[in-house]
Amino acid sequence: MQETNQINSNLAHSEEEVHTGHPTALQYFKVAMILSFVTALEFLVFYFEWLGHWIIPVLTVLSVGKFALVVMYYMHLKYDAKLFTGLFFAGFGVASGVILSLMALFSWFVF
Amino acid sequence: MAHDVASATHGEHEPTTTGLNHRKMLMWAFLGSDCMFFGSLIATYLVYKNRSITGPMPIDVFDIPVTTVSTFVLLMSSMSMVIAYSMLTQNKMKAFRIWLGTTVILGSTFVGFQVFEFRTFANHEVKIDCAHMEDLTVLEQKVAEKCTPGVHHVEEVVPLTPRVNLFGTTFFTLTGFHGAHVTLGVIWLTSILLLSIFRPKMVTPERNLDLDLAALYWHFVDIVWIVIFTVVYLFGVFEGY
Repeated sequence: MQETNQINSNLAHSEEEVHTGHPTALQYFKVAMILSFVTALEFLVFYFEWLGHWIIPVLTVLSVGKFALVVMYYMHLKYDAKLFTGLFFAGFGVASGVILSLMALFSWFVF
Repeated sequence: MAHDVASATHGEHEPTTTGLNHRKMLMWAFLGSDCMFFGSLIATYLVYKNRSITGPMPIDVFDIPVTTVSTFVLLMSSMSMVIAYSMLTQNKMKAFRIWLGTTVILGSTFVGFQVFEFRTFANHEVKIDCAHMEDLTVLEQKVAEKCTPGVHHVEEVVPLTPRVNLFGTTFFTLTGFHGAHVTLGVIWLTSILLLSIFRPKMVTPERNLDLDLAALYWHFVDIVWIVIFTVVYLFGVFEGY
């Protein structure tokens, strides 16, 4: 009887995971390890003088990767309604547009 | 049965035209608008970069190893936050309190790092060994002018405050507002932790949306810091950027 209850409980949990679509604690931990590794990589890349001006795109890619991981897994945008993604990235798009426009206005892209 | 458990752990909400919870939608709209807020601060920092005519510059004051550690602390707080949420939805209240307490401690540690950094910048000291004057920054070259025959070392306090130069103004405004966001998050999470201890009926798996909203806010301050760490700190010290 106790065994049956345990099986039912486990089933409820597994169905719950299917229903919510949220990652497990172990998956959260794995994402944290990837984030820590990328941060350590950023720190190391920073001291690679031979990269020259390539350091900017390399660090940008690493940073975007970290940003995407947190937004998709920790903020659950990968599993949540698309409307939430739209609301967030509408603001993010305007912010990026403002940054790029002001940089252009202040001659950042003149070489 | 399983569906009941699943529904309960997600919390019921009133019927809406979108079928989505209005509180959660409001939080995402707020985060989108906060993106614009931080976007304007980052843009201001960038356009005024390298336009300061006096005082310390990023290369003089930034301590990348220390900031990397504080970044790691904030990333770990995001992990403990999602695990706390996971524990709450599974009704493991003791584990939930431990992980939420860990998040509060890590968040407070990050704020501590920022206070330490601001204090260090405000008391920035330039030390010059007059016998070895290679690879000096502009600020160090200015201080090194005091090296006269017979003088071996020169020291001068050159503080970086919001009033010293454009870099100071934009840097302290940007990171100060981020620090204020983190502080608010710590207060929010602490209040949930205290409620779960002293008013257990207010923090239950059925009411997990309250923690979910706080967690969204917490992860948002984390992603803002990911951008600040790269754009302000790592790019800031890089020569020619």
